[in-house]
Amino acid sequence: MPSRTPETRATSLFMRYAILVLVALIFVFPLVFMLVSSLKPSMQLLSDTSSIRAFLPVGDISLDNYTASFARAPVALFIFNSIFVTSVTVVLNLVICSMAGFSFAFLDWKGKDVMLSIVIATLIVPLETIAIPLLLVVNNLPWIGADGIEWGWLNSYRVQIVPFLSDALTVFLFVQYFRDLPRDLIEAARIDGASWFQIYAKVIMPISGPVIATAAILRFLAMYNQYLWPLMVTQSEQYRPVMVGLQYFFQLNTDWGQVMAYLSMITVPVLAFYLALQRAFITSIASTGIKG
Amino acid sequence: MASLSMKSVRKSYGAVEVIKGVDLDIADGEFVVFVGPSGCGKSTLLRMVAGLEEITAGTMEIGGRVVNDLEPKDRGIAMVFQSYALYPHKTVYDNMAFGLHIAKAPRAEVDAKVRKAAEILKLEPYLDRLPKQLSGGQRQRVAIGRAIVRNPEVFLFDEPLSNLDAALRVNTRAEIAKLHRDLGATMIYVTHDQVEAMTLADKIVVLEGGYAQQIGTPMELYHTPANLFVAGFIGSPKMNYIEVTVAGVSTDGVKVAAPDIGEALLPIDPGKAAVGDRATLGIRPEDMRHGKTDGITVSGNVELVERLGHETLVEITTTNGLDLKGIIDGTTLISLGDTTDLSFAAASCHLFDSAGKAFTRREVPEVVRARRGT
Ligand SMILES: Nc1ncnc2c1ncn2[C@@H]1O[C@H](COP(=O)(O)OP(=O)(O)OP(=O)(O)O)[C@@H](O)[C@H]1O
Ligand SMILES: [Mg+2]
Repeated sequence: MPSRTPETRATSLFMRYAILVLVALIFVFPLVFMLVSSLKPSMQLLSDTSSIRAFLPVGDISLDNYTASFARAPVALFIFNSIFVTSVTVVLNLVICSMAGFSFAFLDWKGKDVMLSIVIATLIVPLETIAIPLLLVVNNLPWIGADGIEWGWLNSYRVQIVPFLSDALTVFLFVQYFRDLPRDLIEAARIDGASWFQIYAKVIMPISGPVIATAAILRFLAMYNQYLWPLMVTQSEQYRPVMVGLQYFFQLNTDWGQVMAYLSMITVPVLAFYLALQRAFITSIASTGIKG
Repeated sequence: MASLSMKSVRKSYGAVEVIKGVDLDIADGEFVVFVGPSGCGKSTLLRMVAGLEEITAGTMEIGGRVVNDLEPKDRGIAMVFQSYALYPHKTVYDNMAFGLHIAKAPRAEVDAKVRKAAEILKLEPYLDRLPKQLSGGQRQRVAIGRAIVRNPEVFLFDEPLSNLDAALRVNTRAEIAKLHRDLGATMIYVTHDQVEAMTLADKIVVLEGGYAQQIGTPMELYHTPANLFVAGFIGSPKMNYIEVTVAGVSTDGVKVAAPDIGEALLPIDPGKAAVGDRATLGIRPEDMRHGKTDGITVSGNVELVERLGHETLVEITTTNGLDLKGIIDGTTLISLGDTTDLSFAAASCHLFDSAGKAFTRREVPEVVRARRGT
């Protein structure tokens, strides 16, 4: 192979960076457009879209759109609702699905394989297909609250949480990850006298960072972006999440500046969550590895 | 400390029977090694002792107690895995302390035990490290430390040295032998390395085809193998086999005949041998001499010469197509293509009947009665 001159190496490096920068820009531009537009009055926003000005914070810049969106909708409440429902669901979902995955991967019980195929088969059933029957079910469920037993779960947090406490994809992710872990580790723990629960909690989960991070990101996005289900089950404003709240900005006259301001506000939590987990994700990958 | 006993222990995976009935008695404090070719069920048998594999049939007793249905933790055993199986997220200290924490041992006691084990294994400088920050040999010692801390009656090792390099393997082997002397615990050790088996064992169990082919001291297996399989498995290079016919049976022994060796009288108990029977004569390469010095001589064409310095491995092929290996003096002048003689004493010969079962040798070296370390 002919050795490459420093010039060609520099050129190829430049090309590689150029491509990366281009790709990054393609992903970043919509976000920049959203943030920049949220600072502009609607008229200017629309006229700017035909030029590069669409991505630049120029002209009549202010936070007016943010103030206006707070006046138009209970933004803080929506964000709180979404974050509350999403985090509770994600945490409980990870616990439940990882336990299910543990059982599928490590325990021996009759009918395990059939059960796992059924769980995985549900992957192909979209929420839309079961939304109506599910609505009928939750509408007739009892709940023991502060003032005794009540019927019907509509207009609550639980109706947005409980149906999503487990899902096939997350179970599947855990099963796959667990199956690749060395079985010796579990056997060593059994000899050390650990119960199955202790093996789950003290041996397996601490080395499952990568799959937990992956599942958490996927679950978070799915929950945070929920629209159809919360729209069906929350008639009152009090329990509505952000995506349903977006409706408030598309009535009669749509003010695009306010839409952009609202979108900017609801996007920030997602980005923060993702960046936080990404770091955990990388560290946990680095700290696993049984033998080298 | 405990003895261990297996009575017609069997193991099947579905329709496949892997262990077909093993009887074995292990005395308190004994060092027993399971050897055998890959896939013969060594690990399986060890894991049945550990309680990690269910026992399909038969009984397993540890310290006089039937353990068939006991959980691993209740059997008084500790196991060192080939992969070490250290908890990757726990420090060396916590790896060793985990079992005690689970058993809710008082903190001070845990600390004392872990530090004691660390001292024995020279792991003190590494207590705060994670497994990935250790060398292979150090990880190995942590795995042993984790076993020591449990203070088990029986230690189980599954090929513990196979991931170490040659030099470290020799060291660690010596350390395990020392550990056995110091702790006086019963140990069962699986390996496919003959040297480990010969040097460590009080008793070797040769497993093959789901059965224990022979159970005995290393010297018994070497000098009085019970059958062709054990004869071929123990010893390296492998024992030479010569197909012979029984030409005479007398109180002096068995007279055998073969084209390459003519007739020879072997000091072997005739047992049920009858004139005309087919049999196999076995002779170890290390019992061969160069030239016509010993009783039985075979001549052939030199096909292979490997000089190791202190000794030379030669292989000759006779005109009848018989291949024989010999280990001869390292200073012998010999070269490929030469015609040369290899000879051996009748007393060094083993004889096996047509089913592969050994006849009893009359002249067995005194060393067969030697125990390990004597
Ligand atoms: N879970 C299982 N299901 C079916 N067969 C199995 C199972 N585990 C082991 N076996 C079979 O049992 C036999 C013995 O396996 P084992 O692991 O005990 O061999 P081994 O003597 O330890 O071999 P090696 O020296 O390669 O470690 C093998 O033929 C293997 O294929
Ligand atoms: Mg094995």
